[in-house]
Amino acid sequence: MLEIEIDGKQVQVNDGSTVIEAAAVAGSYIPHFCYHKKLSIAASCRMCLVQVEKAPKPLPACATPVTNGMKVWTHSELAVKAQKGVMEFLLINHPLDCPICDQGGECQLQDLAVGYGSTASRYQEEKRVVFNKNLGALVSTDMTRCINCTRCVRFTTEIAGEMELGQAFRGEHAEIMPFIEKTVDSELSGNIIDLCPVGALTSKPFRFAARTWELSRRKSVSPHDSLGANLIVQTKHDVVKRVLPFENEDVNECWLSDKDRFSYEALSSEQRLGAPMIRQGGQWKQVDWQAALEFVATGLRGVERDHGAASIGALASPHATVEELYLLQKLMRGLGSENIDFRLREVDFRADGKRAGAPWLGMPIAGVKDLTRLLVVGSFLRKDAPLLAQRVRQAAKKGLHVSAIGPNAEEWLLPVRNRALVAPSAMVATLGQVVVALAKEKGAEVSVALLGKLPETVSDEALAIAQSLASGRKVAVWLGNLAVQHARASELQMLAQEIARLTDGSFGFIGEAANSVGGYLAGAVPGAGGLNAAAMIEQPRAAYVTLNLEPDLDLANPAAAMAALDGAQLVVALTSFDSPSLRQVADVMLPIAPFTETSGTFVNCEGRAQSFTAVAKPFADVRPGWKVLRVLGNLLALEGFAHADSEAVRAEALAGDLASRLDNGVEGIVVSSATGPAGVLERVADVPIHFADPIARRAPSLQKTRDAAAPTARIAPATLAALGLAAGDRVRVAQGTASVELVAQADDGLAAGCVRVAAAHPSTAALGAMSGDLSVERA
Amino acid sequence: MILAGCDGDRTWRLQDYVARGGYSALRKILAEKIPQDAIIAELKTSVLRGRGGAGFPTGLKWSFMPRSFPGDKYLACNSDEGEPGTFKDRDILRYNPHSVIEGMAIAAYAMGAARGYNYIHGEIFETYSRFEEALAEAREAGFIGRNILGSDFSFELFAHHGYGAYICGEETALLESIEGKKGQPRFKPPFPASYGLYGKPTTINNTETFASVPFIMNMGGEAFLNLGKPNNGGMKLFSVSGHVNRPGNYEIPLGTPFAELLEMAGGMRGGRKIKAVIPGGSSAPVVPGGVMMDCTMDYDSISKAGSMLGSGAVIVMDETTCMVKALERLSYFYFEESCGQCTPCREGTGWLYRVVHRIEHGLGRPDDLDLLNSVTTNIMGRTICALGDAASMPVQSFVKHFGSEFEYHIENKKCLVPPEVQRAGSQIYVSPSC
Repeated sequence: MLEIEIDGKQVQVNDGSTVIEAAAVAGSYIPHFCYHKKLSIAASCRMCLVQVEKAPKPLPACATPVTNGMKVWTHSELAVKAQKGVMEFLLINHPLDCPICDQGGECQLQDLAVGYGSTASRYQEEKRVVFNKNLGALVSTDMTRCINCTRCVRFTTEIAGEMELGQAFRGEHAEIMPFIEKTVDSELSGNIIDLCPVGALTSKPFRFAARTWELSRRKSVSPHDSLGANLIVQTKHDVVKRVLPFENEDVNECWLSDKDRFSYEALSSEQRLGAPMIRQGGQWKQVDWQAALEFVATGLRGVERDHGAASIGALASPHATVEELYLLQKLMRGLGSENIDFRLREVDFRADGKRAGAPWLGMPIAGVKDLTRLLVVGSFLRKDAPLLAQRVRQAAKKGLHVSAIGPNAEEWLLPVRNRALVAPSAMVATLGQVVVALAKEKGAEVSVALLGKLPETVSDEALAIAQSLASGRKVAVWLGNLAVQHARASELQMLAQEIARLTDGSFGFIGEAANSVGGYLAGAVPGAGGLNAAAMIEQPRAAYVTLNLEPDLDLANPAAAMAALDGAQLVVALTSFDSPSLRQVADVMLPIAPFTETSGTFVNCEGRAQSFTAVAKPFADVRPGWKVLRVLGNLLALEGFAHADSEAVRAEALAGDLASRLDNGVEGIVVSSATGPAGVLERVADVPIHFADPIARRAPSLQKTRDAAAPTARIAPATLAALGLAAGDRVRVAQGTASVELVAQADDGLAAGCVRVAAAHPSTAALGAMSGDLSVERA
Repeated sequence: MILAGCDGDRTWRLQDYVARGGYSALRKILAEKIPQDAIIAELKTSVLRGRGGAGFPTGLKWSFMPRSFPGDKYLACNSDEGEPGTFKDRDILRYNPHSVIEGMAIAAYAMGAARGYNYIHGEIFETYSRFEEALAEAREAGFIGRNILGSDFSFELFAHHGYGAYICGEETALLESIEGKKGQPRFKPPFPASYGLYGKPTTINNTETFASVPFIMNMGGEAFLNLGKPNNGGMKLFSVSGHVNRPGNYEIPLGTPFAELLEMAGGMRGGRKIKAVIPGGSSAPVVPGGVMMDCTMDYDSISKAGSMLGSGAVIVMDETTCMVKALERLSYFYFEESCGQCTPCREGTGWLYRVVHRIEHGLGRPDDLDLLNSVTTNIMGRTICALGDAASMPVQSFVKHFGSEFEYHIENKKCLVPPEVQRAGSQIYVSPSC
């Protein structure tokens, strides 16, 4: 600890602290622009100059290390004179037209100019003009306003992991720009808007849409990925105008992914369903709630009477709230059906009934920084969990060794030290090899359950991964979406468990969606005798209740799902959006509120239950999903649907100690070392970041980004050549009897013998399951 | 000293250097295994001060290098001579490159550095090739490379060609540039001695500083000090330019009267009156001619006159010079060469230039001199590197000493020095001795 006196106040700070950090402890505000606690020090804006005892010149507080007994004055005459001098320099070339600037009212330069600027400018020369840059669909530029603080440059380099912006030219001509003809395509790009202390980088979708002081601010939670980023949702007249991060060091720090930030545009989409609709005689008709709910209740009772309760199935989105999922499963069980599931893209359910608890990350998110070894199995980490990947990126800089197993090796912008690039069908065997090698490295025996089930030979890649894990002090194994959606997911889980045991580490699931953990806790999984998501499609039901999903995009096998739903007698869709696929298969559409118009809870991957309230009044005649389900329960005369508010539902759903209900333990899965047959092409399916849920799909600006580009058939160059194809060829990709036409793309980050065809996209929805064999030929 | 005996042909060749006694210091140090501390102590005795401009005692600088650091340590030679008026290092590299190589090898030995780089200014191609040739010769003869002269000391030296940016002469910008990055100064602390090239302890010295080292080792620190005067040891190269008859490099003992140096340079051109002298490169404050004639050429005397010895670039101006125009040219240079990293320099140098420019072009305003003084005060001492100070000091000193000329410009929209007089002074002058 070091003693420092700041403005006459004695404080103690940690060794290695800077003066600006110490000032924060002492409660002294030092004006600054380039300094940001999460970025490296630039010390270039010079706004934070302060007076330090014995120093002949004012020193930058951000870059001056505290020494013991140091005396600092942040507002002395010397310091203020220096700060005012810098402010004058910043303003000479900055436009003084705050009233027409989008940043006006929330601008650091504007705020500080009030304190440190003068009333008139002594600079009478021509001002600098800097041409605007095209940074893509999300970030708007007004580069003449730039003060060259380089926060955006440092963010892309250090946090997002790729230098997409830089400071070109010198002196007064210095300007911030992307590479020639390039845009900023990071999935975290929106954060540079928050970081920009002036109006140079602003939100393109929000541009000139409202003034900051007109907006109401409410806390909320992102409904997209499994991180559960904390949001500030800003509304004007009950319309969401903008989303900003709510700082939570344990979850999203001060960042948001672009999906979290810009998906709100979908809430004003023309496809929002505003009133209940019923299909009668092939025609969709708008009806009032009373009629719609009575129609549903009568319909469900009719199917139950004719075919039995087991002929009713419920499919819910993992993006639904705990309250909605809980009441839906309660409704189904009240009717006498155990057929409920929210794991829509999974296919291997052998672990059901053998789990010790709800699957989760197995460790706190903030614990990533303490890891020394991490094995990621089957994940599109960077796009599936952008902010988790960001944490891994920072930890990797401090010595975390990352290994990966899977068919994909796209750029994660972090060092992956060891990688086994294998086809999906070889993932179990490869992970088994890691277990074998790891046991040998550790001089330990493998568990009895795995004896004789593991491969005999170990590949070099698996050995390298095992050696890396064996040398770690704090080890974690993460199973990504590709592992969870894998045809042999439960075997991967068994093996990951074994690695965690051998390394005394943790293992867990990254999680597909905002409520992948919450769904288990809410009980939205089939009980004894019930059918899981896949079985409900394979064995078509007479009636389905769907919650917030699009059947042609959100299930493991969209084609089969559409067929099953199409053939059902009754399909009740609770949905925020009207969609052609629902119009095709459903009989009733009930408009339920998206996350901004209802209260609810998401349980993120680390098991943190985060509740939120509505930030806006529901659109048109929309009702919160939990209320719709409660009324439906009452109409069906079921017990226990008397909740006064969503908190009551939550209290019932998440009763007791949540942490004790989280457990990745699994027993009794038979692991095999078999690999797939040689010579077949295997499908690798990612869920593209901006297509993963109905909200993101409808956000126009997100859909204009590079991440939303139409899927291609990505094939390893050698495989492509072996097929007699070249990159850019139009190819017909066939899976079973279905086929689609795509453009072939060479992808050297893909295992040989694999074809990566994204799921959740209209252009590929006609294909079958997300995994399995397919064929590719020239179209 | 450094350039002694370098008047002949091919003095840059290894055999010539050896014939002049070259590499004897390195040979002796390696043969006798002279302790590192003894070398640094000798340098401290010599009071060799950095020849690049700052005048920091070299021995002290070398002693900052962590002795027991486990990893790589680096040495860098700053031959990025970009200060207007300075042209001494290029002559050292052209005519006596081996003195620099030997000096660096000795420095590497004294500080335990295994690698060195000589960063050569981007616009001098011939010099760069000549230094590369000298390196090849030295490597061939075993003066650099592995196990130098059969000892267990190894040192690799490379030449690095810059791209011509003035700022890369700032030592940390130079390091950034060697690392392949944009040449922008780093903020200090940490200093290069603890976090330098590639994050390793690094010592950077000027070409002339390194070139002086072999001579100090040979003659002894005391003798070197006695060449000059107390606290200003040794000989120094002065690049004399401007309105003199024989501009060029002059190697003289520190403490030599300026009048003598001016005489060596052939006196004032056309016998005109001396008006002003910038004694240490364009960033040093200007000194009125009369004051300068009473100075001796050493750090302390020039400092007493309110300026700096700097790199030893002596720019002499006679009475035909318009000081406003001269300052306009200097201010443009710093405006053009600011790296753009930190605010006061990025914004301030342009402001200074524009104000001086408008005074020169008859658009000055009554309060412009106060404005110039105020802007320079706001730049000085507030920037990451010394370029802000370098841009400010000429402005302050020109306005201080020649304020009346600026006022005349502002009031009369024309120059105090009539155009025909200026033209007479700027004719290309051919020395009678040529």
